[in-house]
Amino acid sequence: MPKIIKRKQLAPKIVHIDIQAPDVARTVQPGQFVILRLHEQGERIPLTVADFSRQAGTISIIFQEVGKTTIDLGAMKEQDNIHNLLGPLGQPTHIAKLGTVVCVGGGVGTASMHPITRAFKEAGNKVISIIGGRNKEFIIWEKEIGAISDQLIITTDDGSYGVKGLVTKPLEEMIRRQEKIDLVVAIGPVIMMKAVSHLTKSCGIKTMVSLNPIMLDGTGMCGVCRVSVNNETKFACFHGPDFDGHLVDFDLLMKRLGTYKTEEKISIEKCERCENASH
Amino acid sequence: MPAINPKQVSMSKQQPAERARNFKEVALGYTKEEAILEAKRCLGCKKPFCVEGCPVSVDIPQFIASVMEGDFNGALQIIKSKNSLPGVCGRVCPQEDQCEKVCILGRKNEPVSIGRLERAVADFGKIGIPVKRETNGIKVAVVGAGPAGLTIAGDLAGMGYQVTVFEALHKPGGVLVYGIPEFRLPKIIVEQEVEYIKTLGVELKLDQLIGRTFTLDELKKYGYRAIFVASGAGFPKFMNIPGENLNGVYSANEFLTRVNLMKAYCFPEYDTPIKAAKKVAVVGGGNVAMDSARTALRLGAEKVYNVYRRSRKEMPARLEEVENAIEEGIAMEFLVNPLRIMDDGNGWVKGLECIRMELGACDESGRCRPIPLKSSEFILEVDQVIMAIGTSANPLISATTPDLKTNKWGYLEADENTGQTAKEGVFAGGDIVTGSATVISAMGAARKSAQAIDQYLKKLK
Ligand SMILES: Cc1cc2nc3c(=O)[nH]c(=O)nc-3n(C[C@H](O)[C@H](O)[C@H](O)COP(=O)(O)OP(=O)(O)OC[C@H]3O[C@@H](n4cnc5c(N)ncnc54)[C@H](O)[C@@H]3O)c2cc1C
Ligand SMILES: Cc1cc2nc3c(=O)[nH]c(=O)nc-3n(C[C@H](O)[C@H](O)[C@H](O)COP(=O)(O)OP(=O)(O)OC[C@H]3O[C@@H](n4cnc5c(N)ncnc54)[C@H](O)[C@@H]3O)c2cc1C
Ligand code: SF4
Ligand code: SF4
Ligand code: FES
Repeated sequence: MPKIIKRKQLAPKIVHIDIQAPDVARTVQPGQFVILRLHEQGERIPLTVADFSRQAGTISIIFQEVGKTTIDLGAMKEQDNIHNLLGPLGQPTHIAKLGTVVCVGGGVGTASMHPITRAFKEAGNKVISIIGGRNKEFIIWEKEIGAISDQLIITTDDGSYGVKGLVTKPLEEMIRRQEKIDLVVAIGPVIMMKAVSHLTKSCGIKTMVSLNPIMLDGTGMCGVCRVSVNNETKFACFHGPDFDGHLVDFDLLMKRLGTYKTEEKISIEKCERCENASH
Repeated sequence: MPAINPKQVSMSKQQPAERARNFKEVALGYTKEEAILEAKRCLGCKKPFCVEGCPVSVDIPQFIASVMEGDFNGALQIIKSKNSLPGVCGRVCPQEDQCEKVCILGRKNEPVSIGRLERAVADFGKIGIPVKRETNGIKVAVVGAGPAGLTIAGDLAGMGYQVTVFEALHKPGGVLVYGIPEFRLPKIIVEQEVEYIKTLGVELKLDQLIGRTFTLDELKKYGYRAIFVASGAGFPKFMNIPGENLNGVYSANEFLTRVNLMKAYCFPEYDTPIKAAKKVAVVGGGNVAMDSARTALRLGAEKVYNVYRRSRKEMPARLEEVENAIEEGIAMEFLVNPLRIMDDGNGWVKGLECIRMELGACDESGRCRPIPLKSSEFILEVDQVIMAIGTSANPLISATTPDLKTNKWGYLEADENTGQTAKEGVFAGGDIVTGSATVISAMGAARKSAQAIDQYLKKLK
């Protein structure tokens, strides 16, 4: 079974784990993800591979504790085993030498963006990274992203670190200064990807986003992950998760992400109940 | 000799009102005595037509003769030599189109209930743990642990090959575990069949998506001398009508997978949720539609409509299951086709607009084309829609293996008798070749391919 060999708290409710998963580490490409399940009663959830070592046979996952499964995962310790792990899934990000690429990461999306940023850099692009968080505490992987970028800009909502404002602010300024940008990559909360895509659409800068709909099997079998791109239905686990941000129906994605709001609450309540019971 | 009873011994079932609210098996099966009584109806034909009707040629008169004597163990041995999943086939084979369709008794009376007898044999018969053959060290890979993959794995292991099955999901069984519901096929039966195949020495590797975790070429590189692709036809189709991405619209695969594989009917004991709706429309006329409709009912729906664009006669679903569904109270809307799914204003389903159809010109096979009746639109008020209109081939394996050939629908091209594909050393069978068919036809294809792979590997040596 895939074993957790390292666990590190990066920020409140944001956890980094390294998992021994040689089959995945062997072939995973930037932009791909895994689906895992923690126990026999567990749900299958998708998480992006934030880093990997082909030699050591390990993958890194950075996740935010938002519900039952991610909280359960956050409570796991080094040497614990993941019940099931499937991957790598999804189409790898299309990497090419384009010129200047701006990589915009919001929240845990910053970590998901890491292998993509590195690949664009290695392909010979000039890479400018913009990473944002609520406040200083929530800025993750500053050093890692800095090391693979020609320029790194940090934003915080409250101004406690870097530029005060959202990630779109420095991007907007670059556009206003008419800096040459060949591609924008945006990964983070849906609302952020929508805002970035909206901004770049007006000036025709190609923008790629990585979509995170609800998933089940992750292999193209169920269709729950369907998203609308250019008015065509696509399965994000199969055709994506990367899509052209100018063509994505973000409002539909947001609505579909809310399908199980009621049930998610029930799960959490039950989870707290069982936590209390065992303490 | 007493005259033969013109009617089959009936099989007891849970009462409709009761079973429509639980997930326990509907059909309770014969008792041993009932099975023996039914077996006595068989004429033991010298030239048994029934065997020709079975895609894997189960020796029907022989196994029935054993049942007649009360020897269920012996009967099981006979069936297993041709069909490794009798507990499954006895329950889900469309017998009325296969073995029972051509049973000689059926000409004047009801045919022998071969399926129920097969099920009884699987339920009561026992066979010793198979002696694990020493392997010959030749590695063979099987992609997919559905009926086709499990069958060929068992066959090849029996011949001494070292077989590894790569399965994408976290449980083996394919459609048998994620699609067909518990109330029609208890999962314990699938588990037992899987365990049996493991005792033959087959290695099962779960959570392996071929095309991603390994490509076929990589498997070859790792020493698998032959590969059998049995990845099924699990890519759900949608109708491309407005509103299909609203919340509350499911593909049958999603709906059934949540309930069967993930046990969402036990939420929150199990973590995977499902929306239990009040009024549900299921679109389609096959087994998948029947399974979805009956599952929705069991999740507590007050009203479940089955919307089908042709008439009852054309329904591809098993007869028995259509009858069961009607008994349980599924409202059949025949000659009706959906036009659009209506939004409640917040992104959720509030209705299904449909149009009535009539049957027009028929083709040679007698299937008639449904044509819309002008101005017959009407609305079904529902809060959930399940699309059970079919599936297609998942293109992952063909897309990552350039030298495989596919037909115009995306299914793998493979020789009908051997399963040989366009790629050397790669064979294929089951739904990935034929499109959605039946459990037993997938197994039949696997059987043939096992022989062909054996011959191929012997030639290589
Ligand atoms: C391809 C892909 C890659 C992903 N990569 C990462 C990653 O690297 N790190 C990470 O932290 N998360 C990632 N996600 C999101 C992650 O899968 C969800 O946070 C997780 O499924 C939530 O499960 P849960 O049981 O903990 O919470 P739930 O109880 O299911 O949900 C709790 C809250 O999270 C929201 N939520 C549920 N599912 C998702 C989702 N798919 N995306 C966003 N929000 C969701 C719900 O709306 C709800 O508010 C990814 C999603 C996809 C589809
Ligand atoms: C709801 C439903 C009800 C049905 N009812 C009946 C019935 O009553 N009677 C009947 O005879 N037939 C029925 N059928 C049809 C029958 O189940 C199928 O014809 C049969 O299962 C096909 O077997 P298979 O082995 O080809 O494929 P499947 O059963 O589809 O198995 C394929 C397996 O391969 C795995 N897989 C796919 N891609 C990959 C990959 N790239 N790498 C690794 N693994 C992969 C899948 O996860 C799956 O486990 C029904 C089907 C459904 C969906
Ligand atoms: S396997 Fe199916 S078709 Fe063959 S004898 Fe059994 S029930 Fe009939
Ligand atoms: S055709 Fe009917 S009666 Fe004859 S052997 Fe087969 S099952 Fe028995
Ligand atoms: S998650 Fe099931 S098809 Fe994408």
